[in-house]
Amino acid sequence: MNPRLRWRKFVSGFMLTMTGVCALVSVSVLFLILGYLVYHGGTSISWNFFTKLPAPVGETGGGMANAIVGSGKLLLLAALIGVPIGFFGAIYLAEFSGGTTAFVIRYAADLLNGVPSIVIGIFAYSVAVLPFKHFSALSGGFALGLMMIPITLRSTEEFLRSVPNAFREAAMALGASKWKTIATVIVPAAYRGILTAILLAFARVAGETAPLLFTAFGNRFWSHGWNQATAALPEMIYRYAISPYDDWHRQAWAAGLVLLALILVINIVARAILSRGIAVPRS
Amino acid sequence: MASATSIVPSAGPVAGSRSFLSRLRQGDEIARIITFLFAASVVLVTLLLVFDLWEGSALPRHKFGFIFFRTSVWDPIFDQFGALPFIYGTLVTATVSLLIAVPLGIGAAIFLAELAPARVSDTLEFFIDLLAAVPSVIYGLLGVFIVVPLMRQYVQPVLKHSLGFLPLFQGPAYGVGFLTAGIVLAIMVIPYIISVSREVLLSVPRDQREAALSLGATRWESTWKVVVPFARGGILGSIFLALARALGETMAVTMVIGNTPAISVSLFASGYSIAAVIANELTEATSNLHYQSLIELGLVLFLLTFMLNGLARLLIVATSQRGAGMGNA
Repeated sequence: MNPRLRWRKFVSGFMLTMTGVCALVSVSVLFLILGYLVYHGGTSISWNFFTKLPAPVGETGGGMANAIVGSGKLLLLAALIGVPIGFFGAIYLAEFSGGTTAFVIRYAADLLNGVPSIVIGIFAYSVAVLPFKHFSALSGGFALGLMMIPITLRSTEEFLRSVPNAFREAAMALGASKWKTIATVIVPAAYRGILTAILLAFARVAGETAPLLFTAFGNRFWSHGWNQATAALPEMIYRYAISPYDDWHRQAWAAGLVLLALILVINIVARAILSRGIAVPRS
Repeated sequence: MASATSIVPSAGPVAGSRSFLSRLRQGDEIARIITFLFAASVVLVTLLLVFDLWEGSALPRHKFGFIFFRTSVWDPIFDQFGALPFIYGTLVTATVSLLIAVPLGIGAAIFLAELAPARVSDTLEFFIDLLAAVPSVIYGLLGVFIVVPLMRQYVQPVLKHSLGFLPLFQGPAYGVGFLTAGIVLAIMVIPYIISVSREVLLSVPRDQREAALSLGATRWESTWKVVVPFARGGILGSIFLALARALGETMAVTMVIGNTPAISVSLFASGYSIAAVIANELTEATSNLHYQSLIELGLVLFLLTFMLNGLARLLIVATSQRGAGMGNA
């Protein structure tokens, strides 16, 4: 083997090893994050965390029961906005429209998807907080719902499109009208994909913090009804992490662990649902 | 489906003709209109958002014009607003993050697409997807409690000793600042670069690799001189996506950048970013001009990410289609 070839082989081996190192480093970040959260969060989490209100400054203990309930309320509101618009919009895109209209709608959805969450926050603040002159769970749900729309819409459309055309033709040949075809054949065939799309959109907005700072705002007590400022887990993590109190830092870690566990579990469940799917070829 | 007639007698249209009325009776037209309303609301909301940002920032746009982007005084008391420190901070942190994330991300994508067996690649991609799902406030949390102390005690002193002659690495090591924010951002955007680049690399036709190998290229030479150039556009697209995300990222940056509206050459200094100043001041704006100046910053952020995302999508689609086209040929 001449030296030149040996050198080239060495470079090849070296660079390929380096790419492996890059991959290893990138993936290990996930385990580092998990490790730190389990280590710091695990020691701070307790039953009180899930059942008690935040303790007043200076007192140790307390929990984030209100933030957990608040997050649930916000996510419910977000789903009420994001899921119907995303789902029916996707049906329109995949089954009814063609050409220019579809292009415009897709373009708008992609545009909305790329908008930084802080800008969504500005928008929600100016249309859902300023006119009413107070922060509310409703405005927070509105902001999160806006973020859910494009994610649900675009991936649901993908899954509807991946239903083979033969299904549509078969239903039509049996005399079913178009909406019957959609309701009884196409949506059931794609339901795993659609469920995955909705779950992933859910997981994505569950951790959003920036828009909540202007809308749900946060609250150290129970928030009654839908029209009051409410606490949410990600927003509490932010406020507690930048606070000067050690006890709050511990709570922030615990909240981080709970939030991350929730999001990762939703992600894993969503992917599991999808990979079990047999009716729909994976796109 | 020229004439799909219904077998349901009550709804049966005249055979052959699918007039508007018959479609209405069958429910098709109703379904179409309802779903259209939902789909159209997406366009409406997006237009409203753009309109709201534009209208909401009228005051500073008229009062300051382009001077807004060139001055660096941000003083709510005297109603003087210049955005330069925020734009500077945003650009510097995004640059730092790309300098770290691009080599790492592309390296990892090459490994996943070219070297790793399919099962290993899919498993790692699964982890990468999970990493992309970690919310930014968690990165911020780890940034505050893990990265900042690490930077203060180890990384910044070492950089100061070794590269301290550069103005970039001078000044006291606080831990927070441009460099820390850039590093946290890098960790956040790496998964995006990896997933998109891997996808694009996988779409490069096999015969490209085989041709290079058959000419005597080593595995690395075929990857670096043939496959990567072929996928160049898509990889660039993934970088633009990452950049758009880095520019708009709020929570993690707000928590580690130091929140000081100042321009400094040193990466150790604390600064401010567009998203961070919006997050901190929007609900506490003292005057209308202050509030609207923040909205104008939001508009800037929106336009930047809008252009980057559009460009990225074009590049990625063009590259994948090129791969598909050649694969079929």
